[in-house]
Amino acid sequence: MSASEASLVIDDAAPAREGAILSVSGLCVDFSVDGEWVMAAEDVSYEIHPGEILAIVGESGSGKSMSSMALLGLLPRNGRSSGSAKMLGKELIGAPQSALRRIRGNDIAMIFQEPMTALNPVLTVGEQIREAVEQHTEASPAQAKERAIELLAMVEIPEPAKRYDSYPHQFSGGQRQRAMIAIALANDPMLLVADEPTTALDVTVQAEVLELLRRLNKRLNSAVLLITHDMGVVADLADNVVVMERGRVVETAPTAQLFTSPREPYTRQLLDAVPHLGSRVGGVLSDYEVVDGALRVHEAYARAADAEQQTHRDAGTVPALELVNVDIEYPGRFRQAPFKAVNDVSFTINPGEVLGLVGESGSGKSTIARAVTGLIRTSAGSVTIAGTDITALSARKLLPLRKKFAIVFQDPAASLNPRLSIGESIGEPMYLHEKLNRADLDKRVGELLDDVQLPVSFRNRYPHELSGGQRQRVGIARALSLRPDLLVADEPTSALDVSVQAKVLELLQELQRERGFACLFVSHDLAVVELLASHIAVLNKGRLVEQGTTEQILKYPKDSYTRRLLAAAPVPDPAEQALRREQRNAILAAGASAE
Amino acid sequence: MTKHPEQSGDSRAQVELSETTLLSQDTDISTGTRTRAQTDRIQSSRIQPTEAKSQGKLVRERFLRHKGALAGMGLLLLIILLSFSSIGFAGLPGWWNKDYDVLAARFNEGRPTLTLWPFSLGEHPFGQDVLGRDYFALTMRGIQTSLIIAFIVGLVAMVIGTTVGAVAGYFRGWTEAFLMRITDVVITIPTVVIAAVVAGIVAKQGIVPFAIFLGLVTWTGLARLVRGEFLSLREKEFVESAKSVGASSARIIFRHILPNTVGVIIVSTTLAISGAILLETALSYLGLGVVAPDTSLGKAINDNRSALTVRPWLFLWPGAFIVAIALAVNFIGDGLRDAFDPKQTRIKQ
Repeated sequence: MSASEASLVIDDAAPAREGAILSVSGLCVDFSVDGEWVMAAEDVSYEIHPGEILAIVGESGSGKSMSSMALLGLLPRNGRSSGSAKMLGKELIGAPQSALRRIRGNDIAMIFQEPMTALNPVLTVGEQIREAVEQHTEASPAQAKERAIELLAMVEIPEPAKRYDSYPHQFSGGQRQRAMIAIALANDPMLLVADEPTTALDVTVQAEVLELLRRLNKRLNSAVLLITHDMGVVADLADNVVVMERGRVVETAPTAQLFTSPREPYTRQLLDAVPHLGSRVGGVLSDYEVVDGALRVHEAYARAADAEQQTHRDAGTVPALELVNVDIEYPGRFRQAPFKAVNDVSFTINPGEVLGLVGESGSGKSTIARAVTGLIRTSAGSVTIAGTDITALSARKLLPLRKKFAIVFQDPAASLNPRLSIGESIGEPMYLHEKLNRADLDKRVGELLDDVQLPVSFRNRYPHELSGGQRQRVGIARALSLRPDLLVADEPTSALDVSVQAKVLELLQELQRERGFACLFVSHDLAVVELLASHIAVLNKGRLVEQGTTEQILKYPKDSYTRRLLAAAPVPDPAEQALRREQRNAILAAGASAE
Repeated sequence: MTKHPEQSGDSRAQVELSETTLLSQDTDISTGTRTRAQTDRIQSSRIQPTEAKSQGKLVRERFLRHKGALAGMGLLLLIILLSFSSIGFAGLPGWWNKDYDVLAARFNEGRPTLTLWPFSLGEHPFGQDVLGRDYFALTMRGIQTSLIIAFIVGLVAMVIGTTVGAVAGYFRGWTEAFLMRITDVVITIPTVVIAAVVAGIVAKQGIVPFAIFLGLVTWTGLARLVRGEFLSLREKEFVESAKSVGASSARIIFRHILPNTVGVIIVSTTLAISGAILLETALSYLGLGVVAPDTSLGKAINDNRSALTVRPWLFLWPGAFIVAIALAVNFIGDGLRDAFDPKQTRIKQ
């Protein structure tokens, strides 16, 4: 069949066709590194049918993105692909760029991970959508604009005609991703490739975008190829799942079957590594029941949990960390008013206790972590560590106190000096505070590496030679080097793959049990916090909206924001997730009617 | 804390073995059966725990692996040795029997007497100039002057530029505003104009004050580059982490941030050194730099610029040495930058 015949067939038969939109078989992707071909994906095969959502799941380096990029001919220069990928019978692999260019954006559209960088900041959102329309159709500018406004309405952006003239920076993160979806949908593509579409978004926004994708998929009957690492997103959205590991397809199964009875050990391992919200305390939002679409709240549970919390407060020990009415402001510049990042926050951590500080981006949780470690000054209130108020101390007086607390940062790649060897990085706090001689220092560094389960020979390595999980272990070793009473962990696992995250969390738990330090665990991921923390504090826009024991917060939240947050977090279980979706919609509806 | 001495020994040796598997592995390093056998073998031969290497040692090792840098280093040493040993320096006599400022009768129209096969230097290996001075001695003297000027300029510019840039970039606020405005002022005044005012006086003091003066007007580019690097690096988490354990500002600047800017500093300094040779040439040409009877490579070229067609050797020798010095310096800079960057090790084995 020649290319021209193929395109004729497509034009006639596409709408009615029942077969697969895309069938990939034996797809291989390699990269040339230093003159050698390194395999990125091998023998990948799957099919997508109209109206289906297929998820490709895998950890970083599993080849999930690259195998999808190969379909569109978007591989980097040093990449090559072989095998077969047929879009409605038309071969994509090896097709000339000019043919692929017609297909991209027309038959297959893409949504990228980071909506801010994928949109051009100097063009209005409307113009960018219009451009996508004009690229592939003969529409006049007026028609294209009309179509663009229609698309904005379709992705549920309020006042689409007015927002047409807004620039990307005037949109929120979720709206930007909606705009990206609008661009992708501009020419009614048959296949939508969504590469980690919600990874950069907060959970509540993620839930909305996923809801939108689901609705659009039903309405337009187009297929979606969802590339993600998040099992919760898969459980929420996908019909079928392809699990990839190190460039190979491990398992292909319908979503429900994959989650209930995974066949392959790798899949099982992956599913086990995913923290499941509510697994430790046994349920989330337990006092909410959805009966006939209406919400019922059992108040009695909440009261019992409340009483328990009171007794905890009166324990009478010196807290490891106490924040009283803390405000933190970022100073303004020129005519900009100062920005209040944290507003009147108070909480207490007793020795040996883990407090999870939860909030979405911009809630001020990292700001608090930095203030607690003396990196930022507070503008009001007091931060008391082991009985000493650090807000009033000068840098010199604070120095001896710094032994008592330590911080683990979010990005293990950025938090280690690339020019210092691992041994030097770990040894630095001890060198500064204990003035050890070389031999003692080397010995202690060796012990610490042992404690975080890294080989001692790593001391001469540099951060770039280590994997993400190993780097984070080094970060933990450095933080623990002075045996602090308080460890502040600022999203320590959010940059890691789930299986690595599980191991790092396990290590943290073990060390915490062994050494008994108090821990302020900052995270956006409720499921991770649940594993570690005995208490949880919830932040929203710089204010502490609720705090209590983990069980109390997860099961009987009192604040409406906490409820929304809990309801939005996807769980890796399709059946439960379907129930939770219903619950979430009910909570949102109740919230809307109450306001 | 050494609970399992054997086990940790195992993992050490094994990691030494399998460098490449490291990136994909996370924790379970001492468990593989295949590697067990290998580690036992290794262990019997050496049981020493991995000793910690100092930064200086690692830098040296990496520099010595860089072939281009070693070649550049060799070439530069050769040139330095040749120029200083041949005609001597600061009163010390050299092995060459003629002086650069003695006029003599021209021998064979001043043509070079150097022959490569059979090798012989002859009376005037590089020939003689119009006045009959021995051009070999003159070129050697020129190399000495140019090298001294170039290195002093590079050093002065590096020290001032790095300090100003680092302090401005790290402390921000009014310190930055003050230092960068000074930098702006220095940039806006054309070098040649200040040179015209000051150099006439300075040049009479000899080449060292002249070189220091040139350094004082050429540090601005480096200061701006270093400040830019500092601005981005000071926001990195590893700097915050150093602050959180109570490291002093000096320690953060010198231990944490400066090593990360070494690439920029070294490349920019080597360019400054090459640039200084040219700047000195330009100023000497205007009569503001090195004054006769002393000479420099640039001055030698300028003095003989009309002789290109009739006596090309007067042009060739100093020119060849300028190129050779500039190349060698740039290669060394390249090697130093790679040596200070731990990420380069895997590529340049």
